[in-house]
Amino acid sequence: MVDEIRLEAPLTRKGNERLKTGDVVLLSGILYTARDAAHARIKEAIENGDDLPFDPEGQIVYFTGPAPARPGHPLGPAGPTTASRMDPYSPLLIERGLKGMVGKGLRSQPVRNAMAEHGCVYFGAVEGTAALLADRVKEAEVVAYRDLGAEAIRKLLVEDFPVIVVNDLHGGDLYLEGRERWRRDAPVGEGS
Amino acid sequence: MREIPAGKIVEAVRDLCIEANTELPESHLALMRRALEREESPHGREVLSRILENAEVAKDRCIAFCQDTGYAVFFVEVGSDVRIEGGEIGELIDRGVRRGYSEGYLRKSIIRSPVDRVNTGDNTPAIVYYEPVFGEGFKLTMLVKGAGCDNMSALKMLTPAEGVEGMKKFIVETIEKAGPNASPPVTVGVGIGGPFEKAAMLAKKALTRPSGEPNPDPELAGIERDLLDEINATGIGPAGYGGTQTALCVHIESFPTHIAAFPVAVNLDCHSHRTASTEL
Repeated sequence: MVDEIRLEAPLTRKGNERLKTGDVVLLSGILYTARDAAHARIKEAIENGDDLPFDPEGQIVYFTGPAPARPGHPLGPAGPTTASRMDPYSPLLIERGLKGMVGKGLRSQPVRNAMAEHGCVYFGAVEGTAALLADRVKEAEVVAYRDLGAEAIRKLLVEDFPVIVVNDLHGGDLYLEGRERWRRDAPVGEGS
Repeated sequence: MREIPAGKIVEAVRDLCIEANTELPESHLALMRRALEREESPHGREVLSRILENAEVAKDRCIAFCQDTGYAVFFVEVGSDVRIEGGEIGELIDRGVRRGYSEGYLRKSIIRSPVDRVNTGDNTPAIVYYEPVFGEGFKLTMLVKGAGCDNMSALKMLTPAEGVEGMKKFIVETIEKAGPNASPPVTVGVGIGGPFEKAAMLAKKALTRPSGEPNPDPELAGIERDLLDEINATGIGPAGYGGTQTALCVHIESFPTHIAAFPVAVNLDCHSHRTASTEL
């Protein structure tokens, strides 16, 4: 029903250029999880001149804090969290080579500017579909900030992880365009 | 005087935590299926299909369908002729939450202070609202409240002159502002009346009504229907990707207020609308 593209991480600017807002993408390869507290620590590491927990070049960050895994599963339910909370930090990683972010919800203008400048794409995963998304995670290991629990940085190996291109490199924004396209002036009378 | 043993309450709370986090209520699934039938946008239909598939997987495997297993919020109706044997209700609910979140592999998201941000490690304290009732009844209703949508809540002290139109405008504006961040299709809880804090509590309580059940007052039920139409005309759509199904239902709860006041609180719930209840 919608175009489907298979992509292998790490990503490149050139590869990202062919993606368009609204494309359904199946990601395979490595995703790094990081959310609020992990981003705050990354910022601190940058300010102190310390090593980063992973080299951002070409990588994808997934904004999620998984639930605990049941025995025999690599990861518990893991859907995307609200990306705008990471807006103050994302440009720091994008400037250092990050090429993809997976989350939900709108991004700020400074983040979108940094993405366009450095060739990074923002993907939406369907929020709340945490059980389905965790199914596409084949391996998971904590690589930094273990003390943060659900917010620790995990390296995930994923296969056909379904996302949708929200912000492409050509100025597109699925949230704004989608809302404009389906907005109605008059109520449609469905509630009655 | 009817006596309820403490262990029975702990057990019931544990079960509610797991049930609410792994099974969407049937009334909610029915509205979601109806939304899939009505949705006009291809992206919207894809999102709704995935939500329904996710709900099936979660129920079959007894795993949480959203990783944000939220605040554990309880509304407790305590009968006047009920005595709890061997414990205090609030403490027993916390014990049940501790067990439910650990035994159900649910994420512990509660931190002990907004300032120091240290996780309490067991998802307590639960948020508990008590309602005394006559008789021997004891009813527990749980709402699992994720932060993504709770963060998009709003409260406004309208003037009486702004009236119902002002109220509708504020509610639709709150949903427009929340956009994709509230994880639509949403359930919209609205509390009107009382002083400031009462309106906010009612907005949350409104979310526990079975999805789509209208307010018994025909005038308020009519406003709920009008609001649903207006919200679905915003174009936000499932996951915010654009579409005709932004909200599944609007629930308004009302309370007497002051001659000078018209408080309106809006509490949004994402499509992972998790509520369950039990009577002991």
